[in-house]
Amino acid sequence: MTAPISMSQNPAITIDDLSMQYGDATVLDSVSCDIPAGQWVSIVGPSGCGKSTLLRCVAGLTNPTTGMVQLGGQQPAFVFQDPTLLPWRSAADNIQLPLELEEQSMENRSDRILQVAQLVGLDATDINKYPRELSGGMRMRVSIARALVMKPNALLLDEPFAALDEILRQQLNQELLHIWQTQQMTVLFVTHNVTEAVYLSQRVLVLNANGTVGGDVAIDLPADRVPAIRNTPPFLEKTAAVTRILQEGL
Amino acid sequence: MKTKLSISVVLYPIIFLLLLLAVWQTADWIWKIPRILLPSPWEIITVCSKRIDDLWSATLITAQAAISGFALAMVIGTTLGLLFSVSKVARRGVYPYMIFLQTVPIVAIAPLIIIWFGGGMTSIVIIVTVISLFPIVTNVTTGLRTVDAGLLDLMTLYQATPYQVLFKVRLPNAIPYLVTGAKISSGLTIVGAVIGEYLAGHGIDEQGLGYYIFMGSQNFKTEVLFASIFLSSLLGVTMVTAVAVISRTLLARWTFQLER
Repeated sequence: MTAPISMSQNPAITIDDLSMQYGDATVLDSVSCDIPAGQWVSIVGPSGCGKSTLLRCVAGLTNPTTGMVQLGGQQPAFVFQDPTLLPWRSAADNIQLPLELEEQSMENRSDRILQVAQLVGLDATDINKYPRELSGGMRMRVSIARALVMKPNALLLDEPFAALDEILRQQLNQELLHIWQTQQMTVLFVTHNVTEAVYLSQRVLVLNANGTVGGDVAIDLPADRVPAIRNTPPFLEKTAAVTRILQEGL
Repeated sequence: MKTKLSISVVLYPIIFLLLLLAVWQTADWIWKIPRILLPSPWEIITVCSKRIDDLWSATLITAQAAISGFALAMVIGTTLGLLFSVSKVARRGVYPYMIFLQTVPIVAIAPLIIIWFGGGMTSIVIIVTVISLFPIVTNVTTGLRTVDAGLLDLMTLYQATPYQVLFKVRLPNAIPYLVTGAKISSGLTIVGAVIGEYLAGHGIDEQGLGYYIFMGSQNFKTEVLFASIFLSSLLGVTMVTAVAVISRTLLARWTFQLER
């Protein structure tokens, strides 16, 4: 059931023979992958296999030991596992941080803050609150809004919903899918949840425990994902295929 | 529930103080303790009321020295903290001497300060600064350096300049640490002021509580000594409370950290 994805002529993100070593430990071993513009790719794998390290390399936060990452004109935004909000700033001030660092005018900022806040389901009252006054889900929405405020064409998400309960997680998944469809971004999504990966993605990259690529599974399910799809045979088949690769790579 | 708790916080110490004073006064009546050894609470109150103008003026002078030294310590401490956070060379070169300065008793350093700067308010303020500097420097340095790695990653992602990282992340992050340092230092300022006045507060017009403690001990005026000790303690509590109240009201947005 594992089908390698055909290489795009003009990939948005190219990961070329990327390896990462910390001392004697190999975290990533010759990982290569091309991600076409607008595609949603999820990365799954056992704990410690280098999923987050791979994402950090793509974002430029970590330099790989060998290999390279090319962002074909993509401006990536990153959403961390924790919301990573500045606790002394209101949600609105957190959202506008990237604009502020770019020294954009106040007028532009306020309009854009409202647009992205609305996009992630935050209202005017919410954005005036401080992070400590918001729930875990709301904080993550602020974090996503901050990532979207610069109108990125690539979004890198590092297990953003890992700390949330299942109901909220599914709700945010749905909202994230809607954002992806409307904003037409390339998404690289790290998760340890196979069901979530299959549900959200067009493609799932499976990393083995030794940091090599175990498989690259195309998720050729209908583009409009609705929760009911999780119980359909094609969905369960894809989930089983990804799980099998995961188990083989342990 | 909260109101009950706050009442008990104030009420219980007052009840304990009143009981202590009652036992003390009763012991004085029963055993006729010589005034030179231990004056009764009533004798202390009488002396206080007779010399209220002098003692009040002394309290204000001590407070002035403490506040001036504290303000100076805040400015110097924050500057040094900033320097230590950005320069490893400065941190490694100078920080050991800060610890050295902290371990030497202030009564050993004070005479040197008096020799260099002469008796009077200048030396007293410097003594206050020296005694209250260390907690501010250490806390500010820690606050500037102990920043959540995720926040620094975020700033790297958005290609923030070192200046932006300092002013948008490191300095705001250090505020609760600065407040903690200021709280510790505020209590020490009165100790510094009283020691300074005890050693350098003679022969000048502005005589603070330290001077009254010195004179009270020299002349065996134990009731003056007790009154001065009481006022010094009261001043210390007022300083600590004032810093705590100011920090709570002005820094409400940092409450998440102050309450930790």
